[in-house]
Amino acid sequence: MTRRSPLLLSVLLFGYAFLYGPIISLMVYSFNESRLVTVWGGFSTKWYFELLDNDQILGAAWLSIKIAAVNASVAVVLGTLAAMALVRYGRFRGRATLETMVTAPMVMPDVIIGLSLLLLFVSMERLTGWPQGRGQTTITLAHITFSMAYVTVVVRSRLAHMDRSLEEAALDLGARPMKVFFAITLPIIAPALAAGWLLAFTLSMDDLVIASFVSGPGATTLPMVVYSSVRLGVSPEINALATIIVVIVSLAVAAAGLLMYRQEKRQQD
Amino acid sequence: MNQARNTASDASWQAGSAEPAIRIENVTKTFGKTYAVDDVSLDIYPGEFFSLLGPSGCGKTTLLRMLAGFETPSSGRILIDGKDVTQVAPYERPINMMFQSYALFPHMTVADNIAFGLKQEGMPRSERDKRVQEMMELVQIVPFAERKPHQLSGGQRQRVALARALAKHPRILLLDEPLGALDKKLREKTQFELVNIQERLGITFIIVTHDQEEAMTMSSRIALMRDGRVEQVDPPRRLYEFPISRYAANFIGSVNLFEGVVIEQQGDEVLLQCDEAGAVLRVRDSRKMASGMPLCLAVRPEKIRLLAPGEEGPNQLTGVIREIAYLGDVSIYHLELPGGKRVQFTQSNVQALAEQPLTWDQTVTISWRPDSCGALSE
Ligand SMILES: Nc1ncnc2c1ncn2[C@@H]1O[C@H](COP(=O)(O)OP(=O)(O)OP(=O)(O)O)[C@@H](O)[C@H]1O
Ligand SMILES: [Mg+2]
Repeated sequence: MTRRSPLLLSVLLFGYAFLYGPIISLMVYSFNESRLVTVWGGFSTKWYFELLDNDQILGAAWLSIKIAAVNASVAVVLGTLAAMALVRYGRFRGRATLETMVTAPMVMPDVIIGLSLLLLFVSMERLTGWPQGRGQTTITLAHITFSMAYVTVVVRSRLAHMDRSLEEAALDLGARPMKVFFAITLPIIAPALAAGWLLAFTLSMDDLVIASFVSGPGATTLPMVVYSSVRLGVSPEINALATIIVVIVSLAVAAAGLLMYRQEKRQQD
Repeated sequence: MNQARNTASDASWQAGSAEPAIRIENVTKTFGKTYAVDDVSLDIYPGEFFSLLGPSGCGKTTLLRMLAGFETPSSGRILIDGKDVTQVAPYERPINMMFQSYALFPHMTVADNIAFGLKQEGMPRSERDKRVQEMMELVQIVPFAERKPHQLSGGQRQRVALARALAKHPRILLLDEPLGALDKKLREKTQFELVNIQERLGITFIIVTHDQEEAMTMSSRIALMRDGRVEQVDPPRRLYEFPISRYAANFIGSVNLFEGVVIEQQGDEVLLQCDEAGAVLRVRDSRKMASGMPLCLAVRPEKIRLLAPGEEGPNQLTGVIREIAYLGDVSIYHLELPGGKRVQFTQSNVQALAEQPLTWDQTVTISWRPDSCGALSE
């Protein structure tokens, strides 16, 4: 075994502590008996049960999940189409510009995206009567616009690395272009679609700023609930909620990682 | 005989045969300013094993891709069995292609890969299974039926690719450097298998290669390409013995070239003043040639004979041996003529230890017959 430098080890430990310390302390305090967040009053799971009775939080969680799922599904479809166009359409005028423009929402400040979408929705409603008011629909639409950019980037890199002759071989064997897409292209880029979906889902679950801009009185997402309740003081209930979210997200990420790793390994010898 | 070969070489393959399986008519393909394929016309007949041979970048793949339908010619027409298919989509052509990279579908088993094309044409299940089995037997991959491509060796993958391309019993099979990824031994073995399969199934094969030996062993005819153009189309033997240009002569095998000018024609022989060799050389050629016209004489190393002391022969040259390369079956000698020009000739090593082998710095006289060499005007 090689001797590892103790300095390196301590730097590593410090790094991990920095990353995960806050999350772990949050998880630990979610099992705190005491209502005071900073005082340890013994082990208890009562905040989890209390969470189950909190209709406001449960409603917000359900709304967030619905928005995130619809957003992720639509973003995957649109993002894949955009990626196909960018990779497959060959050379055309303004291609480079288009490629940069697709990724713009990734670097644009959330405040600006939120504000511009709000203005758009308001003027759309005035002109066409749709979307009526603001709420779940507008949040979903807003999330799709920026999630799509992320999906496009993920899928595009996968498509660019895919051997073009696979599709040609399928065409050559008599499959029509639609059939080629569903029988050959889609299965091969599936891991990227799965990753894109998860990414879009997480981004949507995570978003506070844009949702605050385009949401209406009826629609409060989970991050909005958490944020507003924390302003009144951190409650152990929120800790419990956060713990649940962290666990679910970790499991999802681990599953996605495993899935992609296995697929990757199968495809390159 | 030389006269005929430029014009009638295409039709000379199977005189009076049926109409060509593929007719390529003045096909040009440009990418921006590059002419990848430049005004190519070819007739390929049913049952041929036809090779497209040429150095890298000469347009072989592009030509093949136009036949398969992946590229559309910038101008010209492609006909299959007399029908214009220039604008027909790849999935509607009676042609299948074996890709250089094999392009096996990574998410399907070997059997599913082979069955893919059959499924597209809606062949019933039982018949399909039978055909897949047949194909796997043909290329000897039955034990791997349920494996995925990444679980196969390079040679096995190549067989799967071949089986998949053959499964639909296409009229024409295109192969883009099919043996490129194999080692020399496996390659030679596979060359013979390919020829066997082609003869058994009677499918027209069009194969791309940049390996002249491979083209020579397998083909019924070879189209030698150069910068997007077809330089010469002939059976391997003709291409070797009667190249029409310096390029063709140099591309296949080795050759000695003697530049000179025509002095006169005597019957079907041309007399050539060659200053490099310091001699008058004779070459058999019945084409009309004006005296004073520049001409190049090409002679293959193995056509050159060593003269015994005192013996006389046509195209007689004397020089000193400067280099010897022993290759086992033959030895190659480099003879330096008084003017400094070098001539290569080979001698087969008949005896294990020749009594008087040729040595360095020995002075010898060589000769070759006027009908064993060719005259190149290009
Ligand atoms: N899609 C393309 N876009 C632009 N130029 C191309 C394209 N495909 C081929 N070319 C050019 O056309 C010429 C012929 O290419 P091609 O692939 O047909 O050569 P090749 O004879 O198959 O060579 P190799 O033996 O290296 O495979 C080359 O100069 C190449 O750069
Ligand atoms: Mg090529």
